[in-house]
Amino acid sequence: MFRGITLIPPDTKIDFVGQRAITWLVSAFLTVVPLFLVATIGLNMGIDFQGGTLIEVQTKESPANLSDIRSKISGLGLGEVQIQEFGAPNAVLIRIASQPKEEEQQASIAKVKGALGDTVEYRRTEIVGPTISSELISGGTVAVVVALLGIMIYVWFRFEWQFAVAAVASLVHDVTATIGLYALLQLEFNVSSIAAILTIIGYSLNDKVVIFDRIRENLRKYKRMPLVKLLDLSINEMLSRAVLTHVTTFLAMLPFLFFGGEAIYGFAVAMCFGIVIGAYSSIFVASPMQLILGVRREAFSASTESAKGPAKDPAKGRAGAAAGA
Amino acid sequence: MLHFQKWKLILVFGVVLAGFIFSIPNLIPASTLQELPSWVPKKQVNLGLDLQGGAHLLYQIDEKELVEDWLGTIRGDVRETLRTSRIGYTDLTLNVAGRSVSVRIRKPEDMDKAVTELKKLAVPIGNDVFGGFSGYDLEVTRNGSDGVTLAVTEPGLNNRISAAIQASIETIRRRVDAFGTTEPSIQRQGRNRILVQVPGVSDVERLKGLIGETGKLEFKLVDPSANAAEVAASKKVPPGDELVYSSDDPPVPYVLKDQVLVSGENLVDAQPGFDSRTGEPVVTFRFDAAGAKRFGRVTQENVGLPFAIVLDNKVISAPVIREPILGGTGQISGNFSVQEANDLSVLLRSGALPAKLTVIEERTVGASLGADSIESGKKAAIAGLVLVVVFMFLAYGLFGLFANLALIINIAMIFAVLSLMGATLTLPGIAGIVLVIGIAVDANVLINERIREEIRSGKSPFAAVDAGYARALTTIIDSNVTTLIAVLVLFWLGSGPVRGFAVTLTIGILTSMFTAVTVTRMMVAYWLRRARPKFVPI
Repeated sequence: MFRGITLIPPDTKIDFVGQRAITWLVSAFLTVVPLFLVATIGLNMGIDFQGGTLIEVQTKESPANLSDIRSKISGLGLGEVQIQEFGAPNAVLIRIASQPKEEEQQASIAKVKGALGDTVEYRRTEIVGPTISSELISGGTVAVVVALLGIMIYVWFRFEWQFAVAAVASLVHDVTATIGLYALLQLEFNVSSIAAILTIIGYSLNDKVVIFDRIRENLRKYKRMPLVKLLDLSINEMLSRAVLTHVTTFLAMLPFLFFGGEAIYGFAVAMCFGIVIGAYSSIFVASPMQLILGVRREAFSASTESAKGPAKDPAKGRAGAAAGA
Repeated sequence: MLHFQKWKLILVFGVVLAGFIFSIPNLIPASTLQELPSWVPKKQVNLGLDLQGGAHLLYQIDEKELVEDWLGTIRGDVRETLRTSRIGYTDLTLNVAGRSVSVRIRKPEDMDKAVTELKKLAVPIGNDVFGGFSGYDLEVTRNGSDGVTLAVTEPGLNNRISAAIQASIETIRRRVDAFGTTEPSIQRQGRNRILVQVPGVSDVERLKGLIGETGKLEFKLVDPSANAAEVAASKKVPPGDELVYSSDDPPVPYVLKDQVLVSGENLVDAQPGFDSRTGEPVVTFRFDAAGAKRFGRVTQENVGLPFAIVLDNKVISAPVIREPILGGTGQISGNFSVQEANDLSVLLRSGALPAKLTVIEERTVGASLGADSIESGKKAAIAGLVLVVVFMFLAYGLFGLFANLALIINIAMIFAVLSLMGATLTLPGIAGIVLVIGIAVDANVLINERIREEIRSGKSPFAAVDAGYARALTTIIDSNVTTLIAVLVLFWLGSGPVRGFAVTLTIGILTSMFTAVTVTRMMVAYWLRRARPKFVPI
């Protein structure tokens, strides 16, 4: 019978944590460079956070005559206007800078529609007024912070504070790296980018918890093993799982890059990147941080015989399964 | 772990079956579904505005205007009260920034009486849960030796805003209903906002025109003694008159008497029609008894003079009164197109909005873009699913097949739950389902890897599988709970498409705990007992 291909041999022993001098540098690079990119190139802020008007049109002729559209719109006195091709040769995205008043915002759409008339099909229009854009900025920031705090509390509750700190530190690493990607590729940064970041946080954390779980188990099992060796053992034991899971999730997400359409392209790019960066930070940030923070072994060895121990897990399993049903 | 009681088996089987039954309507076109007998489940997943096309309009009520109007009414009430109780006053002023009206009483001995009388203007508001008393809408205070201030209270203002929002929602509903689209959603959001979502609307500009127009209709007399062009040029408006422009391009000025003869509140009906002589589109209207009486009297007294029909401070038309209009019906003509006449009648029938509404956020998606998004979402999701299924089989063989079967059950269950809950599927929601595929598969990867480890440690097939499921479970629960925390934040933060993503992800994570763990365990247990394998092919 076909038993499946083993991608990672069971006796793999890579000293991930042992090489931490190098990987710390890489991680620092992955955190600092994005900040530098954001400060220099800056983020391509979408209208969600900046306010403004966005109109997506499809022209009858293909490719669209961008200069013709530009000349029709530039005479309208709407301030800064960006006109670009969007996904297909006859799809055009028109972005108009925020107008000082909400009413003028409304008028800008009417003006563009008046200028272009029936020569194009209006596929999408979005207007975000100044009130909403500032609310979205604060809402997005609060969401990311609340998510990180909630996660920290849960991990602290389920493990130890060292794990919680390590988790949040590596998530911050993932978030900055992802924001750096947005700056580097000049992908539009909007509400769905915040959704992507929160999803990456959730997914990446999922991965960290899996490794933490194994570290905790090994701390109970091998009471005398040096921490560096124990961390590497845990990572290696979970390596096959990590590779398989990340490859499947990546494969599932990948088609969205190619045929998901423009509306979701930025989200798909961020997610694909997030899967990779999350996998990286689980191994190279979250785990070696245990060395710095100094995990207390007693916290785990003491509870081996208590109700928290793995012996009780089957009982929990039934409860979980019943809840699932 | 591998032995299942019969009732449990039946339960799990029943849930899986229900998942398929309730997700199947999504594969059948709605038209075919209609013809099926009534016992067939028919609920389909609601598509979000980004997939079916439509308009999302967020309106904000003009609080300042609302306060100004209210203060104007209070000033009138103060004047009336002091006059009827014969109290001399001066300096009746309105302070919009301070949300108050103040007045000075001429004689110090009248102060007590004035305060007592003015306090009667304050209305108690019962807006707590039990409908009990929670204060007054106005606070009346002495201001020095001769002054009285009436200030709007915070609960009073909130009450007013709530009432205005409620009234606006009713008005908007009547207007949108007349537009003839299916299932519009109009709801309050926050303190002073209204969210209007209209699926499948094509002419958004017309919809906005219809919703956003205040719709205040007034009939006023034209001042025959004033020369409108001169007044417009010099801006010197005679006392008791006002300068109003028409809605034409370029606008034509009119000098009107500022007294309102009859207003839109006296209308009982308005319908589009055609003028019997010229055949041009008009709006015919009918007044209630009071309005008809007043209109009759005014037209009787002013035969031969022009009067103006004013909508939202713009003159629509200014016809000359040829004969007294006593029946309480009339018609408005103003070079309308058929559609304009129709929209105006809707506006008049639905009543005026209590305050101006401003669009602060608008997102509209054309039907063709929505259809394209469904197409590309579908294509990407199916491609992703196929890649995962093939990969899982390559990685785990038979156990990969079990996981794949569970995956398909999981997707069916997500659609079943979405359909039954009446939740909305958006394009990011489709991406959410794909992410769930990754998460669900992760559970099986964790279990299968654990089984591999247990086998390597020398356990028998039964014991290895048993331990694999038991040990992996805590990890699966921990990892899923942490993901759920981030997703719940997303649900709380997001609106529209993003919320749709959080919804599918949440449902998917919960159903995956059932399918990836319980359902695969049953399959594996069944196979173990039937095949009695010497080794586990994993």
